[in-house]
Amino acid sequence: MSDVLVSVDNVSKKFCRSLKKSLWYGVQDMTSEMLGRSGERELRPDEFWAINDMSFELKRGECLGLIGPNGSGKSTLLKMLNGLINIDHGRITLCGKIGALIELGAGFNPILTGRENIYINASVLGYSKKETDRKLEEIVDFADIQGFIDTPVQNYSSGMKVRLGFAVAAQMEPDILLIDEVLAVGDKGFIVKCMNHLWKIKKNGTSIILVSHNMYHINAFADKAILLNKGRVDKQGETLSVTERYDNIFQEIELNKPINECSMTVNFKKAFIDNNSGELHEFILTGDKFSLNVHFSITHNLEYGLVIGVTFRANDGQIVAGFLVKRDEFRSNVEKGNYSMSVIIDNNLFLEGKYSIGVSAFNYDYTQNLGFAEPIAVLNSKTINYNPLEFVGKVLLNKSVKFVKCT
Amino acid sequence: MICILESTITMQPDDTLPTTVYTPESQIRSPVKLAKAMWSDLKDSRELAWRLFVRDFSARYRQSFLGIFWAFLPALLSGIVFIILQAKNVVNFGKVDIPYPVFAIIGTTLWQIFSESINAPLKAVQNSKSMLSKINFPREALIVAAFYEVLFSVAIKSVVILAVMLFFKMSLGLGLIYSIPAVLALILLGMALGLFLTPIGMLYSDIGSALTVFIQFWFFVTPVVYPPPQSFPYSLITTLNPVSPLLVGARELMTKGIIINVSPFIIVSSFSVIGLFVAWIIYRVAMPIIIERMSS
Repeated sequence: MSDVLVSVDNVSKKFCRSLKKSLWYGVQDMTSEMLGRSGERELRPDEFWAINDMSFELKRGECLGLIGPNGSGKSTLLKMLNGLINIDHGRITLCGKIGALIELGAGFNPILTGRENIYINASVLGYSKKETDRKLEEIVDFADIQGFIDTPVQNYSSGMKVRLGFAVAAQMEPDILLIDEVLAVGDKGFIVKCMNHLWKIKKNGTSIILVSHNMYHINAFADKAILLNKGRVDKQGETLSVTERYDNIFQEIELNKPINECSMTVNFKKAFIDNNSGELHEFILTGDKFSLNVHFSITHNLEYGLVIGVTFRANDGQIVAGFLVKRDEFRSNVEKGNYSMSVIIDNNLFLEGKYSIGVSAFNYDYTQNLGFAEPIAVLNSKTINYNPLEFVGKVLLNKSVKFVKCT
Repeated sequence: MICILESTITMQPDDTLPTTVYTPESQIRSPVKLAKAMWSDLKDSRELAWRLFVRDFSARYRQSFLGIFWAFLPALLSGIVFIILQAKNVVNFGKVDIPYPVFAIIGTTLWQIFSESINAPLKAVQNSKSMLSKINFPREALIVAAFYEVLFSVAIKSVVILAVMLFFKMSLGLGLIYSIPAVLALILLGMALGLFLTPIGMLYSDIGSALTVFIQFWFFVTPVVYPPPQSFPYSLITTLNPVSPLLVGARELMTKGIIINVSPFIIVSSFSVIGLFVAWIIYRVAMPIIIERMSS
């Protein structure tokens, strides 16, 4: 079981930024195709490499995780692998039947019933009527839409449509499966069902290329990974090291554009984190004490008081912690001037990763936002013996465990 | 630039897997492989085409009251307009040797078949944009489904033609059977032209708009509601217009059982078949380029 099913050699693809030129290049390309001219032509004006010199191999039963920020070329690569668009340079060799979960339910007609659409969708994916007859029950069970099978699809909820789409596509038994971010939709129960199904077909020897923004899915599922950035391979290799690099890139991008409204009453100047004895460190260990220092100025006296809010965001943008600094002496009439605030946190609960810190100011009854800055600083947390599969989520809970068998 | 689809079977120790290779080379350079791929995709697309046809068909009639009436209403209405104009001597198209209403209604119906055929490929591909950019299925299926749709509308229209001929007490001869290949040739000519325009039409919406205008103009320079003019320069309408031998031929077969001018009919029919094949190759080769431009 070590045969190579997918081999991508020095593949490149160019795209055009301007629509007008893109259309005209399309006409040119069609003409040269018809004349049999094969041109590995240079970039024309306004073109760029959407995929630049990419190579990898995938063996039977292996899974490759494809990650990268939006617009990095992931979907373009999948489209080339699926034969939807041409490649401009290099060579792609695929062995076996190819299945793609790129958009679920493409080709659904909203007026027709679920049952009719199952047959159409299956047929689009290359199934005969007989095969579909045989699998109909399985599909309906998997999608969990028994009561709605003869209802027009336009009356389905969006979750039901996705479930039906995946259920039909999941019945394919391809040698190579391309998955583009389809697990992002659907409820938790359905995602678990899908993941279990993917495990099953992977074990049966299907090679999978998985595009996802969910690093947990990638870490859990992929044997190796490729990080794409602006069409180039940024890092390629063992999954954990690639996803770690991805987290870093993501943070860099976020911190490059801090938002700070200057025209507000409370101006946040800067914030920094130290280990509470005044020393600045590159990172704070999980479990350690640290303090957050914020400097700000107030441009005129605040009749209605002041409250400061602090939030910690993980790299996916979710707020994982936050608190308000609300003090009786700030209930009303806060004088203008420069202030500094220092918050001491006894125990850093955050798991390994970077957390962007945002601050905002309100009057005492929260009816007015007086100023905000986000991100104003980054908490770089390190966890000893960290492994993204064993430590899930964003915080580390102190725990003691009792484990007994009940009789 | 384009990917060649090699369907060579490579022998492997444990199992045999079809191998697909994508390279930037033009498909045109390996014509044998291209022909094989076209043939096998056409075979693979039969069932899908039928499903797509049934899908569009049932969706359309589920949302419509008049349903199949739309298949012949336009032809009937424009036919009636010309019948009235002729009867009231507003226009004089010259003498025809069968009752003019039969002549006009068969003409407008055949014209509607032709104009449906020419519009069908672009319409079918445009309606399937989202499917095309996400799923790899035999692209021929869309065209075959469009062909089925035209055939279905022909079937409905033929009932109207029969009814009109019976009403005017015309004899229904074997010519009606002979006219089937002539109508088919008319459809093929339309679809060849339509398919030929589809790749460019997918990139530029001008093609679709121009087609609408051009077909209206074309109607008047084709002997649809008037007999083929004999005097120069008006006779050019018959000699230069490829639709006219097919349309006139089909009508003659239906009403008289013979074609008066056979050779132009044969020439245009054969060119339609060859043209359809060439347009098919262009369509195949162009599709990945179009999908890329559509989604970019």
